[in-house]
Amino acid sequence: MSTPDHTNSRSDPRWVRITLVTAALGVVGVLIVIPLVDVFVEAFGRGFGAYWRTLTADEDTLAAIRLTMTVAPIAVVTNLIFGIAAAWAISRFRFPGRTLLTALIDLPFSVSPVVAGLIFVLIFGLQGYLGPWLRAHDWRIIFATPGLVLATTFVTFPFVARELIPVMEAIGADEEIAAVSLGASGWQLFRRVTLPNIKWGLVYGLILCNARAMGEFGAVYVVSGHITGRTDTMPLRVEKLFQEYNTPGAFAVASLLASLALVTLAVKTALEWKTRRDLAEAARLRSEGEEP
Amino acid sequence: MNDVNRRVLPGFRLSLGYTLAYLGVLVLVPLVACFLKAATLPFDRFWAAVSTDRAVAAYELTVGASLVSAAINVVVGLLVAWVLVRYEFPMKRVVDSLVDLPFALPTAVAGLVYSSLYVQSGWLGRFLVPLGIQAAYSRLAIVLVLVFVGFPFVVRTLEPVLERIDADVEEAAACLGASRLQTVTRVIFPSLYPALVTGFALSFARALGEYGSVVFVSGNMPFKTEIAPVLIVARLEEFAYAEATAIAVVLLVISFAVLVVVNLLERWSKRVYA
Amino acid sequence: MSITVKQVSKSFGSFRALEHVSLEVAGGSLVALLGPSGSGKTTLLRIIAGLEVPDAGTVLYQDEDVTEAAVKDRNVGFVFQHYALFRHMTVFENVAFGLRVRRWPRKRVKERVGELLRLIQLDGLAGSYPSQLSGGQRQRVALARALAPEPKVLLLDEPFGALDAKVRQDLRQWLRRLHDEIHVTSVFVTHDQEEAFEVADRVVIMNHGHVEQTGTPREIFERPANPFVMDFLGNVNVFHGHVVRGRMKVGSFEVDYPAHPHDEPRPATAFVRSHELELLAKRNGRPSLEGKVVHVSPAGPVVRARVFAADFGVVLNVDVTRDRYAELGLEVGDTVYVAARDVRVYVQDYII
Repeated sequence: MSTPDHTNSRSDPRWVRITLVTAALGVVGVLIVIPLVDVFVEAFGRGFGAYWRTLTADEDTLAAIRLTMTVAPIAVVTNLIFGIAAAWAISRFRFPGRTLLTALIDLPFSVSPVVAGLIFVLIFGLQGYLGPWLRAHDWRIIFATPGLVLATTFVTFPFVARELIPVMEAIGADEEIAAVSLGASGWQLFRRVTLPNIKWGLVYGLILCNARAMGEFGAVYVVSGHITGRTDTMPLRVEKLFQEYNTPGAFAVASLLASLALVTLAVKTALEWKTRRDLAEAARLRSEGEEP
Repeated sequence: MNDVNRRVLPGFRLSLGYTLAYLGVLVLVPLVACFLKAATLPFDRFWAAVSTDRAVAAYELTVGASLVSAAINVVVGLLVAWVLVRYEFPMKRVVDSLVDLPFALPTAVAGLVYSSLYVQSGWLGRFLVPLGIQAAYSRLAIVLVLVFVGFPFVVRTLEPVLERIDADVEEAAACLGASRLQTVTRVIFPSLYPALVTGFALSFARALGEYGSVVFVSGNMPFKTEIAPVLIVARLEEFAYAEATAIAVVLLVISFAVLVVVNLLERWSKRVYA
Repeated sequence: MSITVKQVSKSFGSFRALEHVSLEVAGGSLVALLGPSGSGKTTLLRIIAGLEVPDAGTVLYQDEDVTEAAVKDRNVGFVFQHYALFRHMTVFENVAFGLRVRRWPRKRVKERVGELLRLIQLDGLAGSYPSQLSGGQRQRVALARALAPEPKVLLLDEPFGALDAKVRQDLRQWLRRLHDEIHVTSVFVTHDQEEAFEVADRVVIMNHGHVEQTGTPREIFERPANPFVMDFLGNVNVFHGHVVRGRMKVGSFEVDYPAHPHDEPRPATAFVRSHELELLAKRNGRPSLEGKVVHVSPAGPVVRARVFAADFGVVLNVDVTRDRYAELGLEVGDTVYVAARDVRVYVQDYII
């Protein structure tokens, strides 16, 4: 990052540096580190055995874990396919409304999760537009897994696309045009040229999408109907245990979600370092090419 | 080049068609349905639903707490971004990755832990409560969790801008006789304004819609600590769909307005500062 | 105000940017620091400005030791290669910056900025932002900004390096005229010898953190102090041979070298500039090399020919006037004889 080439006109006095660093560490400490540590302390406070029993003895908690492991992957995969299609269309072609489309993809980020849940209730709920028809065919969407999947997919909708679009724009179409000129079919083009180039951007988008999908609360809260053992995902289970004054149980489930967050952060950081190294390497190669 | 691409590269119709269909079905149609549902209400009923004292108190709290938390985030975000870009200190890389935790940590977990930290027996509450600071089940609690969820926005918006400030601009200011403080306040900060505004708006927009963490910490007392999303859920649980939708529309309009303002600001700053 | 640099050294990590450099800049003169990249010229300029602190040595403004003085207290005008304009300020505010931080009264700021904008001929653009200006205009604004607080010295780091050739030429002449008007002691860094020779009163040639030669452009061109300067100035043919008993021998070719009358041979290098070689259609008794014309580049004020001398296995670059070119009727494939009007010989151990 910033190289220590500080000349006297750019560096701040030592007391300023120490004060500011201390203040910043204080902010990060109170806001982030203490809460994070507290999750695990509360969860493991009475020993690992108690923690393990709290998690595994409760059939409803296990059901919540299974439900999250079902809903999140579906949402992630559908948004992955969408993200690739959207990034291909937006980064490789010019067409009227392209800027608008790019803006619309970000739309779910500015919709409150509660509202995101509500809009699906309005369509698929008993009193919703499709409610009577669904009921006649005995299909349940709201207060059932499909509703959870829909709401989760909505709130995680932009993640993969918005990571991929800038990556693909930066890479450019030259290699793909070359591949087409060499006779590659559409699928070969994607698998052999595009995919290897975007794979790290894809992983980056995927892990962020997955973290949000597993952790989503507001939207699924509205569509789930809180049927214990049936429609509670892990975050909903945390809330229910909290409301039942089962604090150890709530923190046990929360610790799983917090571990997921830490893994996500670790992968994200590793990918960012890798990208930075690759960029530096590319810049070095370019400059060597220029100065023989 | 564009027309060439469309002739050269495959998949234009397929990818764009799929993108539009998916976006339409999953996002646009449901959002339009929400507005349509609200439009089926006669205007006086709509107005009655969105302007009850309880609803107005909820908007005020939502917008007020979001503004305060975004303002706090501008200050602490600037501090943290500055320190991360400009100084070297132990554990810097760890701190740098931890800044993103609010993006990765489920809001329910944040709410749960914040609710336990600031009660009298909690790690932070045991110091604060004797001082008379009630940071659990209060408006202060709402601001605190909103600061948490919005924290990364300002930092991550500012960092690249701070990194891009050329050394020679600061050196130029020093050569012209500016003291370090003058350089920072007259040269560096003004070039950060657009990023600060963007960071503020992003953090504000995130706070406006936040639900998961707030329900845990606020106590959800109507007129006191009930935010708009909580009110929507309360209305839903009373099966008052129309009223819930009306309030949701108000919330959506505020969010979209923020979105438009952010976009306009970014376009403006790109033009002036290019 | 004169500038004196005494025995200055500076390292960055293991890289020694400057080693015991000394330099005198007379008050009111315009001096160029010329050298290849990595020669230390920019570091020296930044040390004079106070943007770097030397590891050893002193910098004097007139008689005052400013080595440890902070940049902001030195009252130097510094012009950066990439302008370093404040992007969020208008042209007016950029130029006014140095006056505002010195708390000049508003009215005087307005007058002074107006004066400078007229000087750089941009008074119509006072309200524009830097992003709306061309490269040449930006550099003029940067110069006006540096001059506004009436600096004691003006320092310019590759001031025209980022501009295209035509604008560069104009600005360079403009800088010379400006200096003749205001006479502020000025030092500028460049790697372009044409620029240095055209603009500066004195030129300082630097290489590997050392000063190789200091002098007027004419002195340097006519009497290059050493092989580095000779080579750096370019357009030169190089021959490697040895000196013995007062003669330098390159194959069968010989020139006098009285400074080495000894018996034991020493490796030496002979330099002949392209315009100091002559082309002859036939031998005329003077020592000359036979060669074959392999390339002629006739588009330019002088005609450049490349002649392959088979006996030596070297290609010689020869500049011929257009008249002489017409007289000889030079064509590729012609056999010609190359004679030297002036040869400079440097014995190897003088090469650093």
